[in-house]
Amino acid sequence: MILAAEKLGFAYPGRPKPIFENISLDISAGEVLCVLGPNGVGKSTLLRCLAGLSPPTAGSVVLGGQPIAALPRAAIARLLALVPQNYETVFAFSVRTVVEMGRAPHLGLFDTPGDEVAALTLDALTTLGISHLADAAYSEISGGERQLVQIARVLVQAPKLMILDEPTAHLDFANQARFLALTRRLAKGGLAVIFTTHAPDHAYTLADRTLLLSPNHPPELGATSDILTEETLSRTYGVAIRLIRSGNHIGCVAEVEAE
Amino acid sequence: MSNAPAGTHKQGCLATLLLIVLPVILFLLSFLLGRYPVAPLTVIKVIAARFLPITPDWPPVVSSVVLDVRLPRVIAAMVVGGGLAIAGASYQGVFRNPLVSPFTLGVSAGAGFGAAVAILLFGERYATQACAFVFGLLAVALCFTMNRFFRLNSTIALVLGGVIVGSLFTALLSLLKYVADPNSKLPVIEFWLLGSLSSVSTADLVPVLVVTIPSAILLLALRWRLNVLAMGDEQARIMGIEVGRLRLVMILLSTLIAASAVSISGIIGWVGLVIPHFARIIVGPDFRRLLPATLSLGACYLLIIDDLARTMTSAEVPLGILTALIGAPVFMLLLGRGKLGWA
Repeated sequence: MILAAEKLGFAYPGRPKPIFENISLDISAGEVLCVLGPNGVGKSTLLRCLAGLSPPTAGSVVLGGQPIAALPRAAIARLLALVPQNYETVFAFSVRTVVEMGRAPHLGLFDTPGDEVAALTLDALTTLGISHLADAAYSEISGGERQLVQIARVLVQAPKLMILDEPTAHLDFANQARFLALTRRLAKGGLAVIFTTHAPDHAYTLADRTLLLSPNHPPELGATSDILTEETLSRTYGVAIRLIRSGNHIGCVAEVEAE
Repeated sequence: MSNAPAGTHKQGCLATLLLIVLPVILFLLSFLLGRYPVAPLTVIKVIAARFLPITPDWPPVVSSVVLDVRLPRVIAAMVVGGGLAIAGASYQGVFRNPLVSPFTLGVSAGAGFGAAVAILLFGERYATQACAFVFGLLAVALCFTMNRFFRLNSTIALVLGGVIVGSLFTALLSLLKYVADPNSKLPVIEFWLLGSLSSVSTADLVPVLVVTIPSAILLLALRWRLNVLAMGDEQARIMGIEVGRLRLVMILLSTLIAASAVSISGIIGWVGLVIPHFARIIVGPDFRRLLPATLSLGACYLLIIDDLARTMTSAEVPLGILTALIGAPVFMLLLGRGKLGWA
């Protein structure tokens, strides 16, 4: 087991009602876990707690057998990499420079990345199909390209667990499909993956297990096909949702009528 | 750097070469300037004679002009210029803000107040230098204490703290100027505040070098980490950086450099703000190349300014005036061309 969270809860200071509580989950090598739920149920906050960026107000996170709160950042970063939803940089660093930074937790305080990291970086950019962007300014590429750059950075960071916050949000249709295929391949290679999404289809395509967060309902965790039914999805999103099967694929549509 | 695409690689090499050679040339040229003429070859021989057994074939006054008057002044200009520039670049990286300079956290205001206190109480050079240094550091320490006390964790709160501490010390300084004797003490304070290297001696320079050289070496050694830090707190933590600790170390090193520069030169504005931007245009935003470049450019820039200050007119022009007169329009120009290297 790489990461285990027990009875996590999070409340903002000064607000009595927690945005989520009683979430327990665990993940092992090669496993893909999807966190699904409508806006505002605390998906991003949950990921931040799992990554040790925000201390949860209840419960605990254990990473690689040790409580995450007791681990130095570099030790956490060698085991776990997070891709947040979006972020800006004020400096016009090249994409190559940004991807190389992923190696920071593996290097000593006064070390700088050398040829080995340069080779890793080029591999990662090639894997993501963005080697043509290597010398572009990170601040000038599109949101979707930045997302791919961040995933390349994770590959250079070489963690055991990758946590992604809405990885497909800024990607075009083809890049979404590429992302899903790449993630599946990485998971086959032993990487554990936790991701959030607004597209239940992606949970079906990719996730072994799904954690469903619905407002005013306890969290549910289990095999994706058991958890995501027409009934639970409709309840979660507050609209009628129908599943469509075609061969191995499952898709879903919301049946909202124009008024 | 292997980072540059093929087309700009040659340009990158040329820039690097220039940044290494230019300070050396300017260093040697600066000895030729001044009212007492010294031949170029004699300058080299006089300096070499300090380390090599060369029998002097020059009058002793030449030794004195080169070693006791011009050498400390030239080195001071380069150390202060390079120091303010590298401190400015690392401040801008740590705060991720293009408007930040090494004086943002109140170093200059604190140092100005410290110098005025020393001028009023002791009226002695070493006391002025020591007081300026100590109060410069104190101002920044006050910023941090305030930040910690009110549990503000953002860098923007720290910058605002700098504004507050700066105003406080500026007000205290005004109070001192108000009570200072307008015939003897006040002009000394005013002249110190305008910035000058006109009376720097080797003895003044030693403590500055002792603080600046190790701090600058450490900054340079940590410069790749500064890249990661400049990506933003959260991103840096994700990549395994202990953000709070690294930021504190970077600010401490930069502040030590800035405070010791100010302690010997008085307040010389604009170098720490403009030179990092200028260097970014030449070598790009990557701190691996940017920090060494700022060091070189800052040293060259202030050396040229100081050469102008001591040769333009028979009376010395204060450095702070020249750097502002040149810095402001240059910054306008860079701003207008939109080439600051910021997103």
